[in-house]
Amino acid sequence: MVQTTPSARSKPLRSPHRLRTIVSFSLIVLTLALLWEGYKWMGQTTGGVWPGTNVGLPVRTNNRAMPHLWDIAAALFRPARSGANEEILLLTLIKAGLFTLRSAFTGFIVGSAFGFSLAIWFIRSPLAERGLMPYVVASQTVPLIAIAPMVVIWGGQAGLPAWVSVAIISSYLSFFPVAINALRGLRSPPATASELMRSYAATPREILTKLQIPAALPFLFPALKIAATASVIGAIIGELPAGLSVGMGRALLSFASSFSSAPEKLFGAVLIASLLGLTFVGLVALLERRLIPPTRRLGEEPDMLVPGTARA
Amino acid sequence: MLKGNRMWRLGAFLLAISMVATACGSDDDAGETTAVNLQLQWFAQAQFAGYYAAVDQGFYEDEGLDVTILEGAVEIVPQQVVASGQAEFGLAWVPKALVSNEEDAGLVNIGQVFQRSGTLMVSWADTGITEPADWAGRTVGNWGFGNEFELTAAIEKFDVANVSLVAQNFDMEALLNREIDAAEAMTYNEYAQVLEATNEATGELYQPSDLNVIDFNEVGTAMLQDSVWVSEDWLTDNEDIAEKFLTASFRGWIYCRDNPDSCVDIVLDAGPTLGRSHQTWQMNEINALIWPSPGGIGIMDKALWDQTIDVATGQSVIQADPGDDAYRTDLAEKAVDTLNDDGFDTTGTTWQKATVTLNPGGE
Repeated sequence: MVQTTPSARSKPLRSPHRLRTIVSFSLIVLTLALLWEGYKWMGQTTGGVWPGTNVGLPVRTNNRAMPHLWDIAAALFRPARSGANEEILLLTLIKAGLFTLRSAFTGFIVGSAFGFSLAIWFIRSPLAERGLMPYVVASQTVPLIAIAPMVVIWGGQAGLPAWVSVAIISSYLSFFPVAINALRGLRSPPATASELMRSYAATPREILTKLQIPAALPFLFPALKIAATASVIGAIIGELPAGLSVGMGRALLSFASSFSSAPEKLFGAVLIASLLGLTFVGLVALLERRLIPPTRRLGEEPDMLVPGTARA
Repeated sequence: MLKGNRMWRLGAFLLAISMVATACGSDDDAGETTAVNLQLQWFAQAQFAGYYAAVDQGFYEDEGLDVTILEGAVEIVPQQVVASGQAEFGLAWVPKALVSNEEDAGLVNIGQVFQRSGTLMVSWADTGITEPADWAGRTVGNWGFGNEFELTAAIEKFDVANVSLVAQNFDMEALLNREIDAAEAMTYNEYAQVLEATNEATGELYQPSDLNVIDFNEVGTAMLQDSVWVSEDWLTDNEDIAEKFLTASFRGWIYCRDNPDSCVDIVLDAGPTLGRSHQTWQMNEINALIWPSPGGIGIMDKALWDQTIDVATGQSVIQADPGDDAYRTDLAEKAVDTLNDDGFDTTGTTWQKATVTLNPGGE
């Protein structure tokens, strides 16, 4: 088993691999687009039933329920309102997205740090784990939509700016996957490894920093990716009761209220909102690439997509 | 050496700052400003144009007020915000505020800005629904959450049988898809949304002639809507601030009556996703809810108050008649007097509704 350095090995492998990713991604997008337009065309042709039956289609196919994809794309490049010198919808949405990203990013950092600290506390103190774990799990079963207004009201009474309350709501969603996966990761080294460390008179702190935390990193990154998407969702939901005049939550809500007359704007906003989450996850993946050698990534391409790649 | 130089520069900088601060301070001595908050029921839109105009045009500043407008949002109830002291002023529909008062919110209405109800029941012209009796045997949508009482009172008043009441989202999808025969709509919002939607059969926007409209003001079950509410406790020591707030707010509404296009621009500045033609329509309809104000803007229409209480108690919205103490007109009257003395037209009897052209999607 020869341990090749990542740069030496991935040079010849990477470019066709990346090309393949781009091609398969494009194919998936194209297929989805064809399905959307195909379903719409079928519904419009048959009058809203499955061909040859009287069974109604589950979703209406008119231009309000399913605007043409080119109409959605066109709406993104048109001003959101009439009149001169108005910015195009895409730009408005990107600005809204960046505002939301600030809350989401803060929530992500705070939530992940909290989740990771919780996991470290739990492996150090089994009593804390047994006592608190049920509440950690229960915290995620309480609907966020019920908590969000409370946090916003408390934050307002404490004099916090609204975006900070939104970040708190966002961290509430993102700490959970990190806590759970980090706990698993910290426990992942075999007992023999910690026994060996102890036989060298390693302190618990040294075992933590030299064995358990490095071992937890591959487990941590999948959790951070989940936390990244969760923090964006948390921030958007948190914005709904916050009374902010900017942000993706506000944009989604105001386009939802004019859905009957301008559905393509809502679809456009949904598209940009999901790109927001994707961008965030992409950043985390980039960080993972820098910090963890490919052979140690969990469920990553070298193992899954390129058969025969050596596992360390 | 360098350190000393830096210290000197810092000192000079601080001195400059303090001089500027003193200069500013002496300007302000003439009039101390009081900071107050106004809580809206929803996001910035032309429904609140008068308040935005009063900020933008400096009317509040003229009265020595520094007003921060708090936009509404999902799950934000202005009555609660005012009762908890996070805002001095809040906007609310009369029946909803009275419900809050039965839960000890302790609010009092100091300015009845909207003189009439903006609620309609909208149906397709081809269904032939032109009066409440025609709802018999039909499926009628309503929003719930306290927005349905004008409708249920009308059903009772005209003894309409077999009306199937169904929940309707805060949009017009169900009507557009013909899932319901009649839908609740505000003149300034949902009704316009239908007229901004494309009729797929013709490729054109739906026209008012495609629709029948029942106006609750004509049915006689209309209830009073947007009005200014404050906490009774707060008001005891702050009547002068309340009066100043009303004076400047009314001036804002008068400005929006006389300069609707400017007010639409002011509102559009507050919301990057708002459509211009939709807000222009809304401004026009909101003006129609305020003007004419026969007794002067913000003065309670006693007959409509009584009707609101009748409907509210009849529909068990509130348990008992709150009495006439739930509102007071003296502050609004003083504000109107001040404005009259300054030569403003506070009744708007000659105001005429404009014709607004809606663009697809309200753009």
